[in-house]
Amino acid sequence: MADISSNFLGIKSPNPFWLASAPPTDKKINVLRAFEAGWGGVVWKTLGSQVKNVSSRYSAVNYGGHKVMGFNNIELISDRPLDINLKEIRECIKLFPDRAMVVSLMADNDKNSWHELIKKVEDTGAHGFELNFGCPHGMTERGMGAAVGQDPEIAAMVVEWVMEAATIPVITKLTPNVHSVVPTAKAVAKAGSNGLSLINTIQSITGVDLDTFVPNPYVAGKSVYGGYCGPAVKPIALKMLTSIAQNPETNRLPISGIGGVSNWKDAVEFLLLGASNVQVCTAAMTHGFRIVEDMCEGLNNWMDEKGFKILEDFIGKSVPAITHWEDLDINYHHVANINQDKCIHCGLCYIACEDTSHQSISLQPGQPYNIYTIKEEECVGCNLCQLVCPVNECITMVEQRVAPEYINWVEWQKRGLPLNDH
Amino acid sequence: MIKNNRLTAEEYEKNFSDIHPPFDNETAAIVEANRCLFCYDAPCIKGCPTSIDIPKFIKQITTQNVKGSAHTIFVSNIFGAGCSKVCPVEKLCEGNCVYNLLEEKPIEIARLQRYASEMAMANNWQMFERKPDNGKKVAIVGAGPAGLSCAHVLSREGVEVTIFEKEEKAGGLMTYGIAAYKVTPEFCANEVNYITGIGGIHIEYEKSLGKDFTVAELQTQYDAVFLGMGVGLARQLDIPGEDLEGVEDAITFIYNLRSKELPAIAVGDRVAVIGMGMTAIDAATQAKRLGANEVTMLYRRTQSEMPCTQHEMDIALLDGCEIIWLAAPKEIKGVDGKVTTLVCSKMKLGDADASGRRSPVDTGETFTLAVDMVIKAAGQMPFFDIVEQNNLQHKNGKINIDATGGTNLAGVYAGGDAVNGGKEVVNAVQAGKDAAASILQYMGLV
Repeated sequence: MADISSNFLGIKSPNPFWLASAPPTDKKINVLRAFEAGWGGVVWKTLGSQVKNVSSRYSAVNYGGHKVMGFNNIELISDRPLDINLKEIRECIKLFPDRAMVVSLMADNDKNSWHELIKKVEDTGAHGFELNFGCPHGMTERGMGAAVGQDPEIAAMVVEWVMEAATIPVITKLTPNVHSVVPTAKAVAKAGSNGLSLINTIQSITGVDLDTFVPNPYVAGKSVYGGYCGPAVKPIALKMLTSIAQNPETNRLPISGIGGVSNWKDAVEFLLLGASNVQVCTAAMTHGFRIVEDMCEGLNNWMDEKGFKILEDFIGKSVPAITHWEDLDINYHHVANINQDKCIHCGLCYIACEDTSHQSISLQPGQPYNIYTIKEEECVGCNLCQLVCPVNECITMVEQRVAPEYINWVEWQKRGLPLNDH
Repeated sequence: MIKNNRLTAEEYEKNFSDIHPPFDNETAAIVEANRCLFCYDAPCIKGCPTSIDIPKFIKQITTQNVKGSAHTIFVSNIFGAGCSKVCPVEKLCEGNCVYNLLEEKPIEIARLQRYASEMAMANNWQMFERKPDNGKKVAIVGAGPAGLSCAHVLSREGVEVTIFEKEEKAGGLMTYGIAAYKVTPEFCANEVNYITGIGGIHIEYEKSLGKDFTVAELQTQYDAVFLGMGVGLARQLDIPGEDLEGVEDAITFIYNLRSKELPAIAVGDRVAVIGMGMTAIDAATQAKRLGANEVTMLYRRTQSEMPCTQHEMDIALLDGCEIIWLAAPKEIKGVDGKVTTLVCSKMKLGDADASGRRSPVDTGETFTLAVDMVIKAAGQMPFFDIVEQNNLQHKNGKINIDATGGTNLAGVYAGGDAVNGGKEVVNAVQAGKDAAASILQYMGLV
């Protein structure tokens, strides 16, 4: 059996699954329930100056009958008194000493406020800090959250203040509401941050109520931009993670991956693309803490199957596979193949290809079932038919190289090789 | 003994409640609708005689466009609500669903169709606006599925339609010939009202062709005529004892069930049902549900030749009906003029006949069943005499039509059971639509 225990900047946890700083980590009762369920650690919901939240707070995007494909919130940082939070953090650490307790911070924009807050939180015995430079709503208007993370210079300045006072590891959480996360990541790395975490939520409007005409979530006839998260944001998070994992100035810092992690497969993908652990929120908010059981078991079984003993055996393994478009091999070619024994004749591949792609599937009319076959000479190997096919492994992509040797676009042009003629 | 009032009011209600309950909430309908793959050139559509765009109407349920969904159904089949309850979907749309090939439960197309179409009926969403009256008049014989479907298409185009119906209610077999646990009289009345709600359709009740008017008279008074009077007469067994008390035909039995209160319907202690078609199933199951102790179905061929679907047969079996294969009635015996015994010939399968099914051959052996009621469901006969008297070309009473639905008489069209000898409601609906299209062309309106 593989060892799935995690060591992130010396912060140990029995598994790499932490709950992200969010409503599930706002109170002792929630955190104890999470630890009882088996979560490896938590990032306690952001502490800072006293705020007040509104009602309502969340809204979601449903798709094809599945609820909460995407989720957004307009909640601020913890609205509970600091003393109560600190007392409860201390109690949780005492009851579950083997779990990671990281505390998210967002102090007012002056050095003293940060130093004071750091001192108070360190007194609880917490294992690390996460700096909230990402919250996209409410706090930004006060010059905090994403307003800090969007400006590399300000972010670096705050990290410097923090590093002056902190004696435990510091993780800086990055906002995705920028054209690239790399500049801020570089700046905070240079300023001394021990680790990084990403992504925070993405500014969003999930939808508009077609009866009231008010966007979601509804607050007395109005709404505001909320922070988007959940399964829908995973691809964006993976891209941003990879851009940090590939940059030599930022990839020396361990990264905690966040953004739509819902199961062990998602988690493995984050680790393969350079995260050392993952943080989860929406999946727990939609299904409860019990989801961690399969996350641990699935990760373990997968590692056994692949022969990985510890997480470090595969962290970052897929990072080199992301390259530049110009380096892709133009001689690589594959074409679709429809397994007629598995085909259920739904025609989804045909209509997708015919209407929106390359007219590479032929239809032989039948009563009631048409026969669909690939016109190999027309197929560009785009994968669309395979993606829309409802039957597992019915459509496969079969490699048919144009030529054995590797050649990229730059070389192709240099040699004056033929371009498309259609 | 044949007697009525065998059950309590609660038992009657339970036994005759809706056999295919609807989705009772939006969530359930949407969950099922979301299972639909939205196939291209969908096999389910090809299984529907009226070619309803099934993936489209199901997709419209998922987007909560139920009005659009109902329109998609009704534009192809104005009896969409009734068909969702009475169609043998296991051999039509649902039988073709690609999920069957995955050994996955097919989409509940009928139930979804019922969801959208009944909502339209309940809210009286009239989907079609009648074009201005164009002065053309068409007579239709029979207010069943064929006649009403034809009438609806014609009325939409601004034709004034008069339907002559021999019964006191419209709906034809929907109203009088289908098991009460599939459709209720109230539903049938609502459906007829919904269809005629478009306007321009006038129904003359209790007016029979052959008794009250002739086709020739209609030809002179109207621009065109559609004959959709169906079939009516039960096929006789032509065996001794057929006139004994306790011998009834399934059509009459079901007609009484549908037109009277259930406790008034008498049924025997031990009932034999002759035949294995849909009507035989409806008669057998309802005899059992009315309180008969034993119901035995007899069929002269085997299960592989039976006309009903497996699903329908299962309803009868689950109701406790027995089935004896390869048995043909030979003689009905009685005491004091009342049925006591059914003598049957044991059959075996011979060569294939014209229908492609293997013919039953008498083995010479017999057996007897002690019964007090015999229900004949060996098929229905077309109105041979009426067709003959009105100079319509026909084959054994089934009216001959050409590719346009036209008969040998000028401006006279026909369709439905009167032509095909007895198929599903949905076939009749399509025949009505097809004939309407030809009639519009004949009258120079398209």
